[in-house]
Amino acid sequence: MKAILTVIGRDHVGIVAKVATKLAELNINIIDVSQTLMHGNFTMIMMVTWDEKTSFESVKSSLTDLGQETDLDIHIQRQEIFDAIQKL
Amino acid sequence: METNSIVETIQMISEEKLDIRTITMGISLIDCIDSNGEKARQKIYQKLTTKAKDLVKVANKIESEYGIPIVNKRISVTPISIIAAASSDKDYVAYAKAMDKAAAELGVDLIGGFSALVQKGYQTGDEKLIQSIPQALSETSRVCGSVNVGSTRSGINLDAVKQMGTVVKDLASIDPVNCMSLVIFANAVEDNPFMAGAFHGVGEADCVINVGISGPGVVKRALEKVKGQPIDVVSETIKKTAFKVTRMGQFVGNLASKALNVPFGIVDLSLAPTPNEGDSVAEILEEIGLESVGAPGTTAALALLNDAVKKGGVMACEHVGGLSGAFIPVSEDAEMIRAVNAGNLNIEKLEAMTAVCSVGLDMIAVPGDTSAESISGMIADEASMGVINNKTTAVRVIPAPGKSVGDTVEFGGLFGRAPIMPVNTNSPAAFVSRGGHIPSPIHSFKN
Repeated sequence: MKAILTVIGRDHVGIVAKVATKLAELNINIIDVSQTLMHGNFTMIMMVTWDEKTSFESVKSSLTDLGQETDLDIHIQRQEIFDAIQKL
Repeated sequence: METNSIVETIQMISEEKLDIRTITMGISLIDCIDSNGEKARQKIYQKLTTKAKDLVKVANKIESEYGIPIVNKRISVTPISIIAAASSDKDYVAYAKAMDKAAAELGVDLIGGFSALVQKGYQTGDEKLIQSIPQALSETSRVCGSVNVGSTRSGINLDAVKQMGTVVKDLASIDPVNCMSLVIFANAVEDNPFMAGAFHGVGEADCVINVGISGPGVVKRALEKVKGQPIDVVSETIKKTAFKVTRMGQFVGNLASKALNVPFGIVDLSLAPTPNEGDSVAEILEEIGLESVGAPGTTAALALLNDAVKKGGVMACEHVGGLSGAFIPVSEDAEMIRAVNAGNLNIEKLEAMTAVCSVGLDMIAVPGDTSAESISGMIADEASMGVINNKTTAVRVIPAPGKSVGDTVEFGGLFGRAPIMPVNTNSPAAFVSRGGHIPSPIHSFKN
């Protein structure tokens, strides 16, 4: 399953490390990363994939928990929706 | 990874309030007809709870996995006047209750189809259904009804127009909020996923998935970027935005159709406002260049918007249907409410706007002392515009008992609140009471 992960929040030390560690724990592979600071806000978009055996719901809930622990806004959406809107 | 596209899509959903307004499952009840009303209702309940058992679950899963809000899950059924006609029941309230029970069991928001199609005349079940409407819609919480009183092919049934004025008054006398569940149509469409007017036409497949999209905020935001540019650019911008919004509808419809193993019917590419800030059709018209909706030029701006939405959306999905265009419900659009309260928008201007918008006089509250004949007159005017111009028109008005201009009717949630609007008090009673049938219009000499 391919998905787009967005992480937005106040910039601080270790955001990438924490997110990447959690993804590794969940056995999720990172295919692409784009990260920037917008008006002091840390903004990261990741394209990730994982085995169909792990349910989307469980991944989403682990990442939402991580977002709450680290005071970051973490969202995950399946990738197909972006193609559907933007490509013919 | 195309980050710009990803950011744009996320913004459309989170900031500009793009959503799937409804996934509506259309279900035929023709095979539930029985001369024993009780048996028919059991079959209806059984069929609805079987066919739609996974509808809410599937919609919630799509919403969660793809991050696109699906605001309503709904069901439309074959007009009940057809289904109930074979029974000898004195009224059809029990059918509405069976629909309501099934809808509650399934967790769907609304169920439409407590309807009759009487554009040319009444059949056995039509009169009974129409008479049952006030009680049926008052004693249920999820059932919606509609009556089609005219069509371009068959003209306008003035007897039905007269009766519907009384039905609307009766319904309002029980509770004016009930009036939001009743629409009186001309040229009603058979695959509309939007309420209160959804029903499942007899020419449709046994069970289909129809999707209604929305996103006035997305169009408004896109137009903010082309301020002062020629109107051609406005039209192009709306088309491109409508395309993207409709792609979302097509995508979600396909997912739902596969997951439920039900054929995908149509995408209704409508701009449906909500009372939330930034989700308004009136704001789009103002962004095009009007000081307030209602100003001279409003009808032209709306015509352009409605047309560009259709043009942009048509290529974005396999099958377009439903009402497809821009809705102008007063109570559901924060900027419309503001314009009415400021005295910038009146019923006469709204009526003109309905000649070019997707439906008609929608969610308009009028004084409680507005006569049944005046409401019939409004229905007749609206129907004639649809019949002559070969488009769908509708009336959903709320004559609020005891209230007058300056008061407000509260509906709550997505239905918002409606300021009472003044109605011309000259009586059309003698016209309406003539009864009979307004002939279908000539289809040539279009001037």
